[in-house]
Amino acid sequence: MLIGYESSDDASVYKLTDDIAIVNTLDFFSPIVEEPYLFGKIAAANALSDVYAMGGEVKTALNIVSFPEKLNPEILKEILRGGAEKVQEAGGVLSGGHSVNDESIKYGLSVTGIVHPNKILANNGCKVGDKVILTKPLGVGIVMSAKRMNVVDLEEYNEAVYLMQALNKYAAEKMLKYDVSACTDVTGFGFLGHLYEMVSKNQTIVVDSKNVPFIKGSYEHAKEFYITGLGQKNRNFLKGKVMFESKDFAMEEILFDPQTSGGLLIAVSERHADTLLQDLNELDIKSKIVAEVIKSKGYDIIVK
Amino acid sequence: MLNKINAIGENCPIPVINAKNALKDMEVNQTLCILVDNLIATENLSKLAGELGYAYFVDRIDENQYEVRIIKSSILFKNSKTHENSIVVISSDVMGEGDKELGKALLKGFIYALAELENLPRIIIFYNSGAYITTEKSQSLDDLKLLFEKGVEILTCGACLNFYDLTDKLVVGEVTNMYSIAEKLSKAEKVIKP
Repeated sequence: MLIGYESSDDASVYKLTDDIAIVNTLDFFSPIVEEPYLFGKIAAANALSDVYAMGGEVKTALNIVSFPEKLNPEILKEILRGGAEKVQEAGGVLSGGHSVNDESIKYGLSVTGIVHPNKILANNGCKVGDKVILTKPLGVGIVMSAKRMNVVDLEEYNEAVYLMQALNKYAAEKMLKYDVSACTDVTGFGFLGHLYEMVSKNQTIVVDSKNVPFIKGSYEHAKEFYITGLGQKNRNFLKGKVMFESKDFAMEEILFDPQTSGGLLIAVSERHADTLLQDLNELDIKSKIVAEVIKSKGYDIIVK
Repeated sequence: MLNKINAIGENCPIPVINAKNALKDMEVNQTLCILVDNLIATENLSKLAGELGYAYFVDRIDENQYEVRIIKSSILFKNSKTHENSIVVISSDVMGEGDKELGKALLKGFIYALAELENLPRIIIFYNSGAYITTEKSQSLDDLKLLFEKGVEILTCGACLNFYDLTDKLVVGEVTNMYSIAEKLSKAEKVIKP
């Protein structure tokens, strides 16, 4: 076992041979959008993401389903169709799964991937001097929260959905060509929560909040308090670990906002940072250099 | 007037957004009382009050019930500490023993200084001849009004007002009784008596 319980990685990695290790991960959750097909895509993209964050490639996947018998089976069909499309896009094979009759809908995947044992990207391991790149804008949780209260415009909502269903595959493929020291994906713990997983003792990660991308409109919604319980839990968890140099409530909320199927956080050596960024920005979802790793200044994370 | 929202069973952002909308429609100095069933919601409501610059108090009723009170104060103040459970007790119209005139001047100075503090008390209770301080001829009315607007609860003992014939002369805050005074003092983390 190369990576298991003891680290804060979301997947386990088991070495089979000198050249191949298997990556196992699973994730499933309740619908966060009303359209079953889109929910299927988002849940699958989210579950597949952990393999990419490890530097691996997807091989097989199994469906995990809970679904109320009394609902129209067409809904389930649509969810599974969305999920299957994403597995196919990932280059994996979907080979069945398991479903249970339950009061609420839940869907996700158990995913198996492979990675070269020497090329595993753990989420901690970044080096002083590294730059940190974020590959998707933040604010998905806030936009979905505003959507619940019917104050979101269609453009923002569509952007959030588009970001959530987008695979981290393309960004991951590009990052593997460079001197990358650590990688994780941004999900429930939010940008700062997952950044905190990356930082080691004797290091501080300095975030340049002006460079952090977020969905247009999410800043205004945060200002109007369309905030979640999870975001506050993230804030509580990081108490004393993060120092904000200036007070910007809405930006803080965005940085604590839980993401579904968020982007990758990639720690890359300074000399490769700009070229990796250029390469990533050939994709339609734009990346940004958002932070750098320095020698410890007392706090784990400082937000400028 | 007390405005109430029962948000038991609701998840964020609903309690926060409902509170925000209710505050918008309220008059200055009115209090909004929101019931929620989880601590995280009280923290989000505290953020709302803090950002709007309103005073707030959080009370845990039991494991699944919390009450958050937000006062739509006219004076905006950020991150005040009124929610710290400290109570100031004024039990006389003079401060300290000795010359009566000096004692009155000292008390006036004390209340003035109190209003300037960064960490405000949560409640000020007036009883016995302290009841004179919240009524018509008091020299501290402006300071007490300021404290009230900053979210400090001002309570005067009803029996004491009655004894000194001040019942219809109360200017700032509310009337309270001995049961409520005993309960509040026993729950306080800190009681300050000048």
